[in-house]
Amino acid sequence: GGMAAAALLLLLLAAARPGPGRADAGRERRDALREELLLSPLPTGDVAATFQFRTRWDADLQRGAVSHYRLFPKALGRLVAALGVRELHLALTQGFWRTRYWGQPPLQAPAGAELWVWFQPTVTDVDKAWKELSNILSGIFCASLNFIDSTNTVIPTASFKPLGLANGTDHHLLRYAVLPREVVCTENLTPWKKLLPCGSKAGLAVLLKAERLFHSSYHSQAVHIRPICRDASCLALSWELRQTLTVVFDFFSSGQGKKDWSLFKMFSRTLTDTCPLASQSKVYVDISPKNKEKELLEVSPPPTSVHEAIVQGDKKTYAVYDLLSPSLFNTSRSLNVQLKWKRPQDSSEMPIPTLHAQRYVGGYGLQTGEICTLIYNTHPYRAFPVILLETVPWYLRLYVHTLAIITKGKENKPSYIHYQPAQDRRRPHLLEMLIQLPANSVTKITIQFERALLKWTEYPPDPNHGFYVGSSVLSALVPSVTAMKDVDVEQSPLFTSLFPSSDGSSYFVRLYTEPLLVNLPTPDFSMPYNVICLTCTVVAVCYGSFYNLLTRTFHVEEPSRGGLAKRLANVIRKFRGVPPL
Amino acid sequence: PVQVQLVVPMAVVFGPGSVPGDLPRPLPFRDVKEMEISVNLRTSVTSRYEMRYRSTTAQEEAALAAATPREADAALYPLQDTTLGSLTMYVVPETSSLLPQGIDVYVGKHRSALVRAGGSLAALQARLREVAQVMSFTASSIAAALSERVPDGQLSPDARRNLKSSLGYEITFSLLNPDPKSHTVDWDIEGAVNRFVKPVLDKLSLVANFSVDSQILYYAVLGVTPRYDKESSSFLLSAHSLPHVINPVEARLGSSAASLYPVLNFLLYVPERSHSPLYIQDKDGAPVSTNAFHSPRWGGIMVYNVEGPASPQASLPLHVDVDMARVMEVFLAQLRLLFGLSWEEVPPEFLLESPGNEGLADWELDHLLWAHTVENIATVSTTLTSLAQLLDKIGNIVIKDDVASEVYRAVASVQSAVTELSLGHLLAAFQASKEAVTSSERAFFDPSLLHLLYFPDDQKFAIYIPLFLPMAVPILLSLAKIVRETRLRKKEPTKMD
Repeated sequence: GGMAAAALLLLLLAAARPGPGRADAGRERRDALREELLLSPLPTGDVAATFQFRTRWDADLQRGAVSHYRLFPKALGRLVAALGVRELHLALTQGFWRTRYWGQPPLQAPAGAELWVWFQPTVTDVDKAWKELSNILSGIFCASLNFIDSTNTVIPTASFKPLGLANGTDHHLLRYAVLPREVVCTENLTPWKKLLPCGSKAGLAVLLKAERLFHSSYHSQAVHIRPICRDASCLALSWELRQTLTVVFDFFSSGQGKKDWSLFKMFSRTLTDTCPLASQSKVYVDISPKNKEKELLEVSPPPTSVHEAIVQGDKKTYAVYDLLSPSLFNTSRSLNVQLKWKRPQDSSEMPIPTLHAQRYVGGYGLQTGEICTLIYNTHPYRAFPVILLETVPWYLRLYVHTLAIITKGKENKPSYIHYQPAQDRRRPHLLEMLIQLPANSVTKITIQFERALLKWTEYPPDPNHGFYVGSSVLSALVPSVTAMKDVDVEQSPLFTSLFPSSDGSSYFVRLYTEPLLVNLPTPDFSMPYNVICLTCTVVAVCYGSFYNLLTRTFHVEEPSRGGLAKRLANVIRKFRGVPPL
Repeated sequence: PVQVQLVVPMAVVFGPGSVPGDLPRPLPFRDVKEMEISVNLRTSVTSRYEMRYRSTTAQEEAALAAATPREADAALYPLQDTTLGSLTMYVVPETSSLLPQGIDVYVGKHRSALVRAGGSLAALQARLREVAQVMSFTASSIAAALSERVPDGQLSPDARRNLKSSLGYEITFSLLNPDPKSHTVDWDIEGAVNRFVKPVLDKLSLVANFSVDSQILYYAVLGVTPRYDKESSSFLLSAHSLPHVINPVEARLGSSAASLYPVLNFLLYVPERSHSPLYIQDKDGAPVSTNAFHSPRWGGIMVYNVEGPASPQASLPLHVDVDMARVMEVFLAQLRLLFGLSWEEVPPEFLLESPGNEGLADWELDHLLWAHTVENIATVSTTLTSLAQLLDKIGNIVIKDDVASEVYRAVASVQSAVTELSLGHLLAAFQASKEAVTSSERAFFDPSLLHLLYFPDDQKFAIYIPLFLPMAVPILLSLAKIVRETRLRKKEPTKMD
């Protein structure tokens, strides 16, 4: 167990080693832009579109007082330079990637906002820099990242290793926070688009139309900044900005049961123009045949080339449209990639991903509860370890002694546990574990918690909606079914090159589980006012009668002659021979 | 109320043969000239020129014998008082050939001027005052610095152009290329900044911190579609449409999220191929020679036209290398304008030496420091006054010790700034005023002083209405009863009658 843990940690450290840079025809440029769109039909009939825009700048952002920006956005460059950022990953996501049905995502992010940053070793006060950074990012991306504070920030020890070049991995320079409540919408997309050199005026970014992108089952936009090797010798640094955007469109339900799609149907736009600043601009369509049968689907227009690669352990075939190749726009003025299914696909052959997970809250009542996480390893014969990171807010008080990890009915002892208990109103619980997943197994991790009673000002505006608990993070090196070749990162498509690929036999996967919604005991918020009203009324009534008692003058009233009733009564009494009243 | 006395130490040195006949006393002697600069009722600024009249020393005499004023200025520089804010005037004989024909005053690169004697002492003094105002401060430059306090309408539009005094400025050069398909534009901004901007900023570093960066923005278009002019087959932007140009561009410029200093934007706009050449027209419809305009307190925009390809078949994109010397000349002029260093109103008999490589003469720096010191003092006074008003308004506000100490520090610094000004120590006064601004802003913007943190009294009352209302009912009823009874009692005796 311990050996495997060490091996995994080491592997996660491995940084991307890009190959020699592309020789630019003509002038020597120090920065380059590559853009890419990956369209992959998902097993359920949905279509995932992943945009990646990658700006690479052969300059050291950390040095130099005067900075001159060309393709790299100034706002982010200055941020990196001013706050000593080594690596920055920000993702804003709406919806949840259903790994079980959609397969392994190229890039997943938890629902809401996720931010993790590695700072330079020169930064002395990391917490201050982190606070400042989240505030500035919140301004740049119009997101509520300013709500990141010590109560939702953790310092993971094993899960988030630098993706770029790193000398040391002292995890005290790392900060990680998730805001699961964050709602992502147009106001976050606009500043994100503004960072692209071509804006949304040309190139693939033309397709990024907010009204279509947010009419989808999953939307995730991200910014990744990291230092990378300038060339194979790796003597100098380059900085890489990757802007990624993933959307999943549901065509099966909206397209009258047909799973055919086209660019126009998805984005209500077609590609007409290339971004003149991009050195590469490609559209990849996943046309991998399922079950080694004949091709089921047909793309039009004919692609410029076909790319075969092994992605996440699967052999995949991609139809490639190179927007920069002059032949593409010769025949027609615009490119509208279309895909047709030759015959209806039967849904029974849905492939199940090797690693997927599920999480829910168990228990009943408002006092205690239980967080259950199920991790599935569907690999037929290989076991592999996985790092689970669990961040739980302080108001769910975890009972660590109830932590139980059960695989195939037996207890599965984690080989590495890092637990940092919460402090009320100060910091959340952090639980990191390295768990060995046996082949073809389900591992159930349960931990019980008690729900804390908050102060009445600490409740959000809609307390009965519940409190979000951020997704837990699974990081694993999943053994590959097919052997992978070692490919040149700089040449291969962008969607394969964010995470470092370690060797031929396994690939890196990071999965996020569902965020949880937990009900806390909520008081009746009108109570204070009710109490005030009631007390005041009682006091006022007492006061009123006391006041009357003190101020009224009492005097004996002479009995009057009597009314009609009395006279009537006396008449009757007279008849009866009784003395009158 | 702000009361500031600006003291300018000034030496008047008479060269041989230039001493006026009607001197009241034999040289050397001292004299003081005071002037009131009226701003408004609550602000009074007096300027006080402390003049020391003396005759030249042998070295100065030798220096004044130079052939050109420039050489004389250079030779005199090591001989004069070089503290900031001080002035030295060398009076040369009326017939001297040192100054060119028609020029009465030559202002050098440093803190001295050569002045032609004008017959009587009174005439000379009038001229000296004029020179001293150009080299230190004028009523209008002080009014511009105190523009917050000057009632609207009394201020010339130029005064509103000047940048507010700040501890730092960020200068951003942006190259806007709205048509990257047709033009690939390259600019050697790094070289240009080092060559042209850096010397100026080095000199200005005394005034504030400066940071310079640049960016290239693609597909950034102006907010106005230019008008096509058939006669010149060019596109025109008229002066009245210029205010609408900036807004759409500004959204792309990117704010300075990482710092709080004001940003100065200098935009170089290479028009699209379909809109070029593009010229800016002034109010009279004549093309502006620099093809540039500036926006007060914001920055400047220059339109850089690209010559069309020699042959229409030339392949696109067209490669353009920007002539940075031409561009930077315009931007630097705009930078000076924004700092209020423009000398258009100087009388024609004045000759101002160009500051050359340094971009800024010593006396121009003094000019800035005078204005900024006065402005800082006024700002601190305003900030502290509004803080005091806030405290008056909210009775139960909590002033923490650190806030209080910042306030004390601000008051002490601003007092020392005023004292230093009245002693003629410009640099010390400026530093003190800067500290005062820092302290007062820190006190004013302290998060504990947030207005909303304090529960307003009227809301407290609203909460207790359920108590007050039922309690008031019996009181009001009995009051009504008392009134009714007294009225009855008053009526009863009349009935008896």
